[in-house]
Formats: sequence, structure tokens, C-alpha cells
Amino acid sequence: MRKPLYKMNNDKLIIGGHEFGSRFSLGSGKYSMKLIEAAVKDAGAEIITLAVRRANTKEQESILDYIPKGVTLLPNTSGARNAEEAVRIARLAREIGCGDFVKIEIMRDSKYLLPDNQETVKATKILANEGFVVMPYMYPDLNTARDLVNAGAASVMPLASPIGSNKGLATKEFIQILIDEIDLPIIVDAGIGRPSQACEAMEMGAAAIMANTALATAGDLPMMASAFKNAIEAGRKAYLSGLGRVLTRGASASDPLTGFLRD
Amino acid sequence: MENQFFVDSEHLSAEALEKKHRLETDPSSRKSHMEYLPGMEIIKSDVCKNVISQMNSYDYFKYTAADVKKALEHDTCTVEDFKALLSPAAEPFLEQMAQRARLETSKHFGNTVYLFTPLYIANYCENYCVYCGFNCYNHIRRMKLNMEQIEKEMKVIADSGMEEILLLTGESRVQSNVEYIGQAVKLARKYFRMVGLEIYPVNTDEYEYLHECGADYVTVFQETYDTDKYEQLHLLGHKRVWPYRFDAQERALRAGMRGVAFSALLGLSDFRKDALASALHVYYLQRKYPHAEMSLSCPRLRPIINNEKINPMDVHEKQLCQVLCAYRIFLPYVGITVSSRESAEFRNGIVKIAATKVSAGVSTGIGDHESKYTGKETDDIQGDEQFEIDDNRSLDNMYKDIANEGLQPVLNDYLYM
Repeated sequence: MRKPLYKMNNDKLIIGGHEFGSRFSLGSGKYSMKLIEAAVKDAGAEIITLAVRRANTKEQESILDYIPKGVTLLPNTSGARNAEEAVRIARLAREIGCGDFVKIEIMRDSKYLLPDNQETVKATKILANEGFVVMPYMYPDLNTARDLVNAGAASVMPLASPIGSNKGLATKEFIQILIDEIDLPIIVDAGIGRPSQACEAMEMGAAAIMANTALATAGDLPMMASAFKNAIEAGRKAYLSGLGRVLTRGASASDPLTGFLRD
Repeated sequence: MENQFFVDSEHLSAEALEKKHRLETDPSSRKSHMEYLPGMEIIKSDVCKNVISQMNSYDYFKYTAADVKKALEHDTCTVEDFKALLSPAAEPFLEQMAQRARLETSKHFGNTVYLFTPLYIANYCENYCVYCGFNCYNHIRRMKLNMEQIEKEMKVIADSGMEEILLLTGESRVQSNVEYIGQAVKLARKYFRMVGLEIYPVNTDEYEYLHECGADYVTVFQETYDTDKYEQLHLLGHKRVWPYRFDAQERALRAGMRGVAFSALLGLSDFRKDALASALHVYYLQRKYPHAEMSLSCPRLRPIINNEKINPMDVHEKQLCQVLCAYRIFLPYVGITVSSRESAEFRNGIVKIAATKVSAGVSTGIGDHESKYTGKETDDIQGDEQFEIDDNRSLDNMYKDIANEGLQPVLNDYLYM
């Protein structure tokens, strides 16, 4: 079952009761002033992720200072190896003034940085109870996604392919299942390397895209940021216009197979 | 020409000299380097066996240009590919290797370069490692900082803006016991976000204690994985026990440390085999402890006080670069640290290709940060350095140079949990 279609001009992304006009958000992997500028100005990002472990610095140029006004800060728990550590990092984020949004990232694997779904569900439950707007990063598994919904998540963020790999929608079929079955915004995070891949995810019905490496490693950052913006908008329009039906059914046969039926 | 390591100091007694000469010339006077000493914990692990069997069977002359090309075309670098990339056949492909290494570095680390500084708190050593400035027969000014002196050093370093510190000692349990190091770690936690240790290897329970004090990263250099060569270079002391040193990182991880660092000292033995073994040490431990953070260094031999002739032999900058590129392509997710042993030019170049961490504001002496950082004359006694550094840039200069290369210097990316 596809979700009901929206009208484009009233098409808001709603996460935990907060409305966003943009469906692109910036991940935290590779930070620079130039990247943040391009993400906000050229890609229209309204949500910017921030690694608390990086922000927790004495450095004069704190990343917190880079974040423009009006942009929602999304602190993440990268570096956490289990639910307990993620909860501690989220609380620290709140203390240092990062607000109530939190993206849960829990990795027990330093090679591929794949998220630990079980621990993520545990942390989501604790933090949602503490009033956080919880956005968990996860490996696209339907049962986990349902557990996350029950635990109080505000969105579900499945990975498209290994983080930083720019390999695109390697988990496409499983993300589609989440889009079809989960009544929360599905934000595709990690692995999106090209605007065309972002567009494809949006056509499928993803609520938003989070990317970082794709922009950070581009030759012309602002131009790539703007390409992502257009691709995401195009994908969203295609989804709203009902593209899915055309793709899945293909062209109608000119002589219907059931033409022989008489009454 | 081989390195001439043996230097006799006029300050040694006749008895000490005689023992030194006996150790140098008569292998039977030396303790077995493969047998644990009393008190050394033995853990069950197959990592060592895997590393050594791969290293022993590595015949780098059998690899051809075709093997290197194939290795560079593969999406995932296998152990065989890595062996090809380390071989002499890969030398003409250095530029292609650097291009690929840069791509992998940028995928995993973006354009960031982490900065840290080492702090030597004592240079007493009970070992006779013939290439090292701290060796027990080398006549240098010995010193061990007390807590007050350590705190003074830390304040000077922290004031420069540094947020990550690596605490080092000479390898003497007697002079620098685990409690002493633990106290220093606790002090360091007050001034720094991240505290690493490069001390003599200890048992798991001792690593646990040091972790509780606030240390979270353990660096142990194996020096060489060639056990016969190791035996000829480490003639006396606890450090002589090769297998206890090999298992240090695994004990540290079992004790809850977040990460561990590895290295061979290139120039001591066959550098290609040592580079292979270092990377495989990381590779096999990563499979066993997938949550752990790992990093590799690549120090080359440097001159020391009383022996200026020590040099890295056949490991020239090109070979070093080849090793680093091969490391990066084989282990794209590990940190690579390049120390101030290397020149500013080399470090500026290699951070654009493979290295992710560099030291700045470095002194390998004891208690001399205030005079080195501020230029202030001091009457305080200082201890001599472990080796001569090449790149003596301050944190400020290093920070600016990295930024000018279009990279992003990072002082902290870490939370102590």
C-alpha cells in the first residue's frame, strides 16, 4: 500500500511535530565551513547533523559556531558502542545546548561502521521517554523498524549502503518495504553518492535524504549541493505524481488478456 | 652499509662494560627472547600464529607488475593484493597507489587531519635496545617528572590548544610503575579530551586500571616482527620478550581500551616483511575485536644522542610512501599516524594521501615543554631525548599548514565513555 499523495505546495516533512520545508539534510562525516555553507545555501538543508564527540572540544572554532541560525541541529551519538553510551552522549548533547533532536548511531564495528539495530532500539526507548526527538540510524530491517516505532522514534533512518561508500541504494528492496509498512518518515541515510540515487530514493517514497560524503568529495561543492536539491525535489514530485504505478506495471497490453471474458 | 649500533660510554664501570660486551658478542649470555618472564600474563590467541606464518611465506620477488595492476583494480584489497602492493614490483606504480590511497582516505576520513602531541614523563629504561637513545647503557641525563612537574608540562601543552595527548615513559617498571603512570593519566584527563599511552606492555588487569584512570588508547611498537633480528637488537630486559609484546594490544582491548596502535620500526629488518606483519597484526585483531579502533604508525630509524650514524637503511621516502599507500588501500578504515621523525615536507605531502594523524609541538625530551614552547630560559633539570626529531613545527604552525593544504585540522573527535 502506498501512502496517500500530497499536494506539492503543502508538502512538509514532519519529524516529531516539527515541520521542515526541505528534504535534504547534511550528515556529519566530513565537516568544513564550505560544506555547511553549500548544504544550507545550495542544497537548502534545514537539518545539519553534528557529531557530539567532535563538538565537545575546546577548539576555538567550534562546529557549533558554524551552524547558521534557523537550521535545526541534529547531534548524533557516533562513537557509541552500545545503548548506554548513546544515551550518555545524547544527554551530553542536550547539556551543551544542542536541543532535543538526537540521531542515534551505535556501532560495534569500526571497519564498516554498520549500526547495531538491537542496541539502537534500546537507546531509542530510553531517549524517547526523556523527551528527545529520536532519529535512529539503522540497518533496514522491518522488525527493527517496527520496534523503533514502538520505542517512540520520530523517524527511521535506514542506510542505503555502507557509510561513506557512495555506492547508492544497495538495500533498495528493504528500504522500499520500510517505506510501505512504517508510518514514520523514512529518511535514507548513508551511502547515497549521486543525485540520481537520491532522486531514486525519493521516487520510491523516502521522506528525505541525508548525505555528506557525496557533497564533501565533489569537485565543485556548491554545484553538487544544488544538484542534490534539484534531484530530491524531482524525486519527490515524481513520487507525489504517482510514478510508482507506471514503473511497477509497465505499459498496458493493447489486446487485453482478459478480452475473451463475456459477462 | 649496516648500522653500527654499539657505542661504549666512558661513564660505564668496567663491570658494566664487560656485561655489555658479553651481551653484544655472546648470544648464549642472553635470555631466551621467546620465553615469558615471571609475572607476564599469557593469553590464548591465534593472531600471532597467523601473522607470522603469512610473513614467513611472503616472497615479495614473486609479484609482478600484472599482480600490482590487478590489486589496484580490485574493489576490495585482499591479503594477496596487499602483498603485491608492498612488493618491489609496485614501486613504478607509486603514483597510482597514491591516487587510490587518497580516494580511500577521503571516503573514510574526509579531509580531516587529527593532531596530537606526545609527552615523555620519564626516560629511565631497563632495556638494552641497541638503536634507542633511552637504552640503559647510553649515557644520557635521566629524569622522571613528579606529579607537580607533569602538571606544569600539561598546562603548557594545553594552553597551546592541544586536546589529545600521548603519555610516554622509558620502559622501566621500577622507575615508572603502573600507579605512577595511572596518576599521570588522571592528571592528563583534567587537561585533555583524549589520553593515549605508549609505555612498556602490561598485563590485562593493569590495562584495566589505566583505562579506569582515563586512558583509552594503547600504542605498542613491535619494532620488528622478525624474531631472530629482534633477539639481536633487544639484548637485555623485559622488552626482550617478543611474544609478550606482541599480545599487548590484545590484552589492552580485553581490558576495555577503545583503541590500539601498532608499528614496526622500519629499517631494523626487512621492511617489506615488517610492513606486511604490522598490517596483518591489525587485520587479524580487527576481525577478532571488530568494535576496536586501530591505527598504524610507520616510524623509521633516527639518529640518537651518542650515535648520529643511525639511519633508516633502505627505507627511503619513496619506500615509506609505498608502505603507507599499501596500508591505506588494504586497511582503509584504520588511522595512520606520521610522527615528527619525518620532515615537514614529507608530512605535508602524506596527509594529502594516506596519513590521518600527525604530531605537533613535539619534544622527545623530559620536562622541557615550557622552554621549547615559550622560549623561556629555565634552571629546571631536563631529561635527554629519545631520538632526534625532524619536524619541529608548533601546534599553531602545523594547524595553519594543514589548513593551507585545503585540509581540516581536528583537535578532538572523541569522548571518554
